[in-house]
Amino acid sequence: MSNNKIPTTTPRQSATFTQDVNSDIRRAAATGIYDIRGGGAKRKVPSFDDLLFMGASISRYPLEGYREKCDTNVTIGGLNASNPIELDIPITIAGMSFGALSGPAKEALGRGASMAGTSTTTGDGGMTPEERGHSDKLVYQYLPSRYGMNPDDLRKADAIEIVVGQGAKPGGGGMLLGQKISDRVADMRNLPKGIDQRSACRHPDWTGPDDLEIKILELREITGWKVPIYVKVAGARPYYDTTLAIKAGADAVVLDGMQGGTAATQDVFIEHVGQPTLAIVRPAVQALQDLGMHRKVQLILSGGIRSGADVAKAMALGADAVAIGTAALIALGDNDPKWEKEYNELGTTAGAYDDWHEGQDPAGITTQDPELMKRFDPIEGGRRLKNYLKVMTLEAQTIARACGKNHLHNLEPEDLVALTMEAAAMAKVPLAGTDWYPGKPGTGF
Amino acid sequence: MQTIDLSDVGLRETNKTLHAQAADTNQTQWEIINPRGSHAIACGLDAPIEVTVKGSTGYYCAGMNQQATVNIRGSAGPGTGENIMSGKIVIEGDASQYLGATGHGGLIVVKGNASSRCGISMKGVNIVVQGNIGHMSAFMGQSGNLVVCGDAGDALGDSCYEAQFFVRGSVKSLGADCEKKEMRDEHLTLLQGLLDEAGIDADPKDFTRYGSARNLYNFDVDNAGAY
Ligand SMILES: Cc1cc2nc3c(=O)[nH]c(=O)nc-3n(C[C@H](O)[C@H](O)[C@H](O)COP(=O)(O)O)c2cc1C
Repeated sequence: MSNNKIPTTTPRQSATFTQDVNSDIRRAAATGIYDIRGGGAKRKVPSFDDLLFMGASISRYPLEGYREKCDTNVTIGGLNASNPIELDIPITIAGMSFGALSGPAKEALGRGASMAGTSTTTGDGGMTPEERGHSDKLVYQYLPSRYGMNPDDLRKADAIEIVVGQGAKPGGGGMLLGQKISDRVADMRNLPKGIDQRSACRHPDWTGPDDLEIKILELREITGWKVPIYVKVAGARPYYDTTLAIKAGADAVVLDGMQGGTAATQDVFIEHVGQPTLAIVRPAVQALQDLGMHRKVQLILSGGIRSGADVAKAMALGADAVAIGTAALIALGDNDPKWEKEYNELGTTAGAYDDWHEGQDPAGITTQDPELMKRFDPIEGGRRLKNYLKVMTLEAQTIARACGKNHLHNLEPEDLVALTMEAAAMAKVPLAGTDWYPGKPGTGF
Repeated sequence: MQTIDLSDVGLRETNKTLHAQAADTNQTQWEIINPRGSHAIACGLDAPIEVTVKGSTGYYCAGMNQQATVNIRGSAGPGTGENIMSGKIVIEGDASQYLGATGHGGLIVVKGNASSRCGISMKGVNIVVQGNIGHMSAFMGQSGNLVVCGDAGDALGDSCYEAQFFVRGSVKSLGADCEKKEMRDEHLTLLQGLLDEAGIDADPKDFTRYGSARNLYNFDVDNAGAY
């Protein structure tokens, strides 16, 4: 009798209804609110990891790693500004709002960036004295919400970045939840404390490229044509958006792919709208080239940049510089396993913590809570960021020298191969081991 | 009185000259002739001077104004007085869309009508319009006062925060979360002050006050349709 049991199949998890999906459904059913979170797209998308440099051999010769120079400097905004931005390294700190980040975290970004010879950027919510004071070069964001926007700060900026969109949420506005609205944040935004602060998705006083051109004129007039004006767009339609930004008179285009972080946006938006960073760079460079503006109008690429290899790949595909957000926060100490116990108490784990909008960050970075903020030391944070930026730069130089390049800007698509068909098609570089990529002119595919 | 012929010296020189005026300048009276609808005239001023533009202006005239008084003897293009911080702008004719967008302070007076999105995202500015205003005015208005002696178009004060609206005529429709409010003594006094400052003869008692119902201040799924 005992061996008469009917065999059972092993429990099988659905590939459609995964545990993740089911937990989303249960959460939605329980709360009636979509999930809002920070960070960028978590799904796997074709990325710079799918590209490799070939390096030098007989047909190309390398530069001596410890002897020969490989420059890393970049000038941004020389086209129209009498004081363009001169950076020692082509890795900038992306705009992150005061409100999302604490004052000391903004200070640390300024300290680290300045020590590394690069710029940092304000964000939604305005300019704080901490970041202006500690940033040698500060880019002032001009956003749809215009929270904290004032002409005195505008004139203190080393460059102005008109934000049209962000890679995490092309076409979306923002929301800073009530619990993060301290007196200081509320005051800077001219709003009552404790209410949800919505950020509009469109600028209040212009629509379309013709208006943008006039807006740029106004900003130049107010700042005496001294500082560069960047236009930041999400990686939505990079060829057309870059073309229109150039047409409107931008000195630099900041292009942000879907892996790009945000302080707080709907998860569905982050994961399902926008294009991967790898896919947007070539069309943007094409637009610059078609208008004869490549290297005259600078392209700053962001969205998931983590290492010197990513920097080198962005440069090889034609970008002039990159910007980092999430990686800079991690360098400061965000999502550090040393807070694991507290992450667990918040129902998450180090590396997955993304409820930056809730203001309970154990690392004291994405919070306005005075007690949590005390955990973060801006001097130490600044030092860590500087170290990280230096390492990224050294890594990018190592690769460039191996490719025989004496400046990061001399890297070119010809130095790259792709590991997958998708990456080959997006980056327009050959699939490894072939001389072909999908869509290559003249190949009939 | 200093006169600048804009068609002659160009926009850059005109603004540069005005920007060079310091707080203690004794050249306080300026006149700009032949503006011909140019954009960005007299934007970014930051001195207690009075500039009179003789004619109509394009986009963003007197944008981000601080301290100065700018008179426009004509009609004004889109975004006039955007992000005004202080000082005063007086438009003799009509104003196009986005008048005083995101303005933080100061006063804007329109003798004619103002178009759509008047006072959009206002953050403390006071705007007094003698005629009518267009649709979506004071969208997301945060603070400050919008006074309309004529009628208001559709969706007045949509998604507004603490800005207040005083309308003498009719309101075609109110935007999401905007409601009619009681006119108390303090409001009558405030309104009288604004009308006096704008040089407009009207009785505050003839106006109705509107403002935020504050139902959208903290997200509630049952209001999702209103967002
Ligand atoms: C906490 C946080 C706050 C942000 N705030 C802003 C902002 O205020 N304005 C903006 O244009 N982008 C904002 N961003 C987006 C960044 O500027 C940048 O586009 C993005 O972080 C780049 O991608 P990465 O995070 O993968 O490096 C924010 C990003 C983060 C992580």
